[in-house]
Amino acid sequence: MKHGILLHEPGDDVGVAVFDLKKGATVGALTLEGQAAGRVKLLDDVPLGHKVAMRDLPKDKPVIKYGRPVGKVVALISRGAHVHVHNVKTLRWSV
Amino acid sequence: MIKPEQLKLTGFKRPDGRFGIRNHVIVLPVDDISNSAAEGVAALIRGTMALPHAYGRLQFGEDLELTFRTLAGTGRNPNVAAAVVIGIEPKWTERIVKEIARTGKPVAGFSIERHGDLRTVEMAARKAKEFVQYATELPREPFPVKRLVMSTKCGESDTTTGLASCPTVGRVFERLTKAGATLIFGETSELTGGEDIIQSRCINDKVLAGFNRMFDDYTNLITSQGVDLLGSQPTEGNIRGGLTTIEEKAMGNIQKIGRCKIQSALEPAVEPEGPGLHFMDSSSAAAEMVTLCAAAGSVVHYFPTGQGNVIGNPICPVIKLSGNPLTVETMSEHIDVDVTGILRMTMNLDQAADRALEVLQSTINGRLTAAEALRHDEFVLTKLYRSA
Repeated sequence: MKHGILLHEPGDDVGVAVFDLKKGATVGALTLEGQAAGRVKLLDDVPLGHKVAMRDLPKDKPVIKYGRPVGKVVALISRGAHVHVHNVKTLRWSV
Repeated sequence: MIKPEQLKLTGFKRPDGRFGIRNHVIVLPVDDISNSAAEGVAALIRGTMALPHAYGRLQFGEDLELTFRTLAGTGRNPNVAAAVVIGIEPKWTERIVKEIARTGKPVAGFSIERHGDLRTVEMAARKAKEFVQYATELPREPFPVKRLVMSTKCGESDTTTGLASCPTVGRVFERLTKAGATLIFGETSELTGGEDIIQSRCINDKVLAGFNRMFDDYTNLITSQGVDLLGSQPTEGNIRGGLTTIEEKAMGNIQKIGRCKIQSALEPAVEPEGPGLHFMDSSSAAAEMVTLCAAAGSVVHYFPTGQGNVIGNPICPVIKLSGNPLTVETMSEHIDVDVTGILRMTMNLDQAADRALEVLQSTINGRLTAAEALRHDEFVLTKLYRSA
């Protein structure tokens, strides 16, 4: 397996780790259609199925996956960081 | 690429013209306190199956109607050859019997009051024996894919369901709708964040209005509780698998319907009236949702899973698909269709869809799914509100 990250759409802010990725490693990203989407240096360990930031994401920015907003940034995210419930929240059902 | 029309499918033709792919004789309790008698009959007569459940007493209004519809729909399902119905008193028992009898299949009702469990079990067992001998004489016969009614719902989703197993079902569903099959999906709350996609697929304003009403009802219920659904929707299992928000989960979920149009918005456990894809208002809890699909006449179910939901259903075979390599490795006994090749880029969606269709064909023709072999017979009624 040459790639470590899969993206739904080429412009997505986040990609999915297709195996356990280790902090410090540099891995390639592909879209589901097999198009190259660059290489990313991991800032964190990212387990299989979890998301990696493909670019720096400022606070309050909508997070784009599937080419659509799927949440908003609640703490600054850098390219290569683990993206999950600690730095992204839903845009819906807020209380 | 496999076209659904090429599949060689065999099933059991029921008196109402629908085709079943299993040939169950069920012993159906109307209420919780009739479970013992139903299980007593099933213990006596080979080839019967009791479907115990937790409800059926002092329910009222829409909640009661849904219980009746689910129980009757289960008996009406074409995978059921014949049904023995047992309730505590005759009136509600007779209501279920009547609904099942409209399909023309053999059905008989028994009530426990003024007989006791033991005499009821004896009478019901004599009838169950007749039904089993009737059912085991029925032959399988070929049927066209346009007579197939099936459903889908995913569970313990993660990011791999959105990448692999759900889009595989979506690709198969695109082919099946073209071939004229009837398909059901639902999971109302899990469309949150992608509801605009569902709305854009409704074939007319009536369907759209129906969907919007069902979706708004769920949203209002959630809002009225004043709680954060994180941990419930997405679930802790979803979060462990890498899903962060309900919107992200919804986008994965919606991949299951591919580019199909939505022909109707159905109340839970209502049988769809024509071919194509239908939305059914339903909980996203796996056992509740598949029980509702079976009650709506689905004879087989595609269940994409990420982290490994182990659910099955007593009358509707559940086919599990997974694209998560860890799940396929550690829970292999539960997985029927391995689509991990999509993550490795060694399998494309059309190849995955072909594999899913091959497994669909063998399942329809009698091969047990993983959930059937593992005795995953979850029969779970949806409760809308508390009983009187």
